[in-house]
Parts: sequence; structure tokens; C-alpha cells
Amino acid sequence: MNALRWSTFAAPSRFYALVNAVNPWLWLLAVGLTLAGLYIGFFVAPVDATQGNSYRIIFIHVPAAWLSMVLYLAMAFWAAIGWMLNARMASMLARAIAPTGALFTFLALWTGSFWGKPTWGTWWVWDARLTSELILLFLYLGYIALVSSIDDVVRGDKAGAVLALVGAVNVPIIYFSVVWWNTLHQGATISVTAAPKMAQTMLVAMLLMTLAFWAYAFAVVFTRAQALALERERDTDWVRGLARKEMK
Amino acid sequence: MSAFAAVYARDLRLALRRRVEALLPVVFFVVAVSLFPVGVGPEPQTLRVIAAGVVWVCALLASMLSVANLYALDHADGSLEQMLLSGHPPTLIAAAKAAAHWTITGAPLVLAAPVIGLLLDMSPTALGALVAALLLGTPVLSLLGGVGAALTLGLRSSGVLLILLILPLTIPALIFGSGAVGAVDSGISASGHFSLLGALLIFTALIAPLATAMALRIALE
Repeated sequence: MNALRWSTFAAPSRFYALVNAVNPWLWLLAVGLTLAGLYIGFFVAPVDATQGNSYRIIFIHVPAAWLSMVLYLAMAFWAAIGWMLNARMASMLARAIAPTGALFTFLALWTGSFWGKPTWGTWWVWDARLTSELILLFLYLGYIALVSSIDDVVRGDKAGAVLALVGAVNVPIIYFSVVWWNTLHQGATISVTAAPKMAQTMLVAMLLMTLAFWAYAFAVVFTRAQALALERERDTDWVRGLARKEMK
Repeated sequence: MSAFAAVYARDLRLALRRRVEALLPVVFFVVAVSLFPVGVGPEPQTLRVIAAGVVWVCALLASMLSVANLYALDHADGSLEQMLLSGHPPTLIAAAKAAAHWTITGAPLVLAAPVIGLLLDMSPTALGALVAALLLGTPVLSLLGGVGAALTLGLRSSGVLLILLILPLTIPALIFGSGAVGAVDSGISASGHFSLLGALLIFTALIAPLATAMALRIALE
């Protein structure tokens, strides 16, 4: 066995084998942490003094919102690596991240609106965070739409990389302009930032759920990247070898 | 610099030969804005409140719809490939194309905006702020639109796709552009908005031609 180098898993065949080895553990971790996090979140964590039980949706909402932002940066990063170093696997990883990122963004918006109804009395407010999260969803959708409407795979990867980078550069500008717009238009009716101090158990539940979402994101992105690798490398020996093994 | 001037002059000359086509975005702009009083209701108080936003959103859509063809025609007849093979920096060519698009589409929008604003019962000071904001903001739209046009070059549903890609990126221009008018309307100085729009324009002018040039090279590989 050769020594591990940083580029070892850039080869789709080795990446495929790595995912096969790692993924069962990731799924186990995702399921186990979710069960633990939900149990603590729903049964152990105390009822919030001001919000009652409805606050408990933050155990899903906050981790989803965190991941939605981190995954966009990860997507832009891998797309850029794939483009600059001509690394096939990195480009596939970027493509594989996009749907999961969009899913988490949607989940954050959806759960946020579920939380807003009992707490604020409305499904939606044009708050700075909600608005910028919505714009993030549009950026994800734009990336997915662009890469999937370009038939040439290589061109799709590169064009997606340019778009993701332009998006990543613009995200801070968009965020701060939305914050500014919000403070101009809206009085201090609702303050999302002034969260009261959290109980220890609440924090533990949120942390567990965050780790669970991370594990899920890794597992599902890896699986999708595997599928992409199989599809793109279908004419290579290692995929043929796999197929022959399956036939037996 | 001569390459910039040559591409710019060529695009203007081509637009002058197809005058009706070049005026279509402004016509779209006027028609789209005049739909709002019909849809929202003719009360001047309501119209005054939404005027700046309506004018800005319609200008944005007019820019995005017209920018889809920025490279498509040159791509179809092969002249785009020749331009990129000419040895002049592609960034310069992209900047010239965006500048030409602004002159053909953005400047007429800025000129039409005061008239449209009167239809929506805007005050003279608000109209002044609107024109100044559009003057700073529409070049941003042309520059960003250029990136989208290059990315979607030759794709089947390029028009709608371009709008989906670029509209989220134009939100800062929209916010500060219509915000400037709102500030003037409520008696505050709009200089902060104008400074930010100017900064946005400089930043976009530095980044967008670069991204456009990369996207063009990718599309023509």
C-alpha cells in the first residue's frame, strides 16, 4: 500500500473505496446522534420560560441554518479546487454538495416559519436573516440550474465554479446590504438576536443535532459523489471491474 | 485601450442598425411600470410609496432580459471567437461589451425614469435621487448581466436561467438604489446610499469583467 498523500483520494476509484468504508459509520453516527439529540431536546430540556414548547424547533432549525451557510462555502471551495487543479473528484464533490445545501437552506426557512407562527404570530417576516437565507436558497438553485443545464460535463463544472465563486464573493455584500435595508425599513419590532441564555441541556441537544446533521451531510454528499463518479467514469476499468463483481 | 474602443464602437454601430430592437428594453420598462397602477390601484399615495421600488425592479428586469443577447449573436456568427483569438485581453473585451450594453440599454432607462416617475406621482426631489441612483446602479446591472450572459452562452433556456443566476446578485444595487429615493423622500441625506452604490459599482467593475472573461473562455473551449 502506498503512503497516503493529500491527493490520494482525488482518484475517483480510491474515493469510491473510501466512501464504502466510511459511509456505514457516518450513517450510524447520523442516526445515533439524531436520536440522542431529539431525546434530550424533547424530553430532557426544560420548557422555555417565554416561548413554551415551541422553541424546541431550534434543535433542527439552528443546525440546518449553520449547515446551509457552511455548505455553500464548501461547495464554492471544492468547485474552485476542481477548476484550478483540474481535479475531477473535487468538481463532483461540489455538485454533490449543492442539493444537500439547498435542502438545509429550505429546512431552515421552513422550520423558521413554523417557529415564527406561534412566537411572532406570522409565518414570515422580512427580517434580515430570513431574507438573506432566502437569497442563499436562490443562489443554490441558480448553481444547480446552471450545472444541470450544461450538457458538457467539464464545461458545467467550470461554469459552476465561476458562479459559485462570484456568489461566495457576493454573499457578505448581500448579507450586509440586507441587514442595512432591514434596519431602515423596520422598527425594532422583532429581535432575533437577543436570545436569552440557554440552559445547559438545550445547548447539549443543539450540539448533538449539529453533529448529527454534519454526519448526515457527509454521508449523503459522499453517496451522491459516488454515484456521480460511477456515472462519469463508466468507461474506465475500475467501474467495469465493479460491474463485473456485481454481476457474479 | 484601442481594443476597448473598437469593441465598444462596433456594438454601438450594430445597435444603431437595429434601432427598434435596441429600443425594446425601454419599451418593456415603460409597459411593465404602467402595469403596476393597474394592478395595485390608482391612488397616488400608494403609488408614491412603491414608485422607487417599482421603477428599480422594472429597470432590473429590462436589463436582465436584454443582456441575454449580449454574447449570443456574436457567438452564433463566430465573431466572439475571433475577438478572443485576437490576442487582446478578454477582460477588456468583456468590459467593453458591458459598457456598450449600458450605453444602449441602461442610459435610455435612466432617461426614461423621470417620465415614468411622474406617472407614479413622485416628487421632483425624489425624481432627482432616482435618476442619480439609476445612473450609478444600472452599470452594475450591465456588468453582472455580462457574467450571466457568458455563463449561459449557447444553452437551451439561457434567458430564464440568466435571470435566476444574476437576480440574487443584484439585490444590493436594488436595496441601495431604491433606498436612496426613500431617504430623500423622508428628508434624510441620501449621500450614504450614493457612496455605497458607487463602491458597489467600482467593486463590480473590477470583478465582473474578470469573471465574464473566464466564463467566456470556458464556454468556448
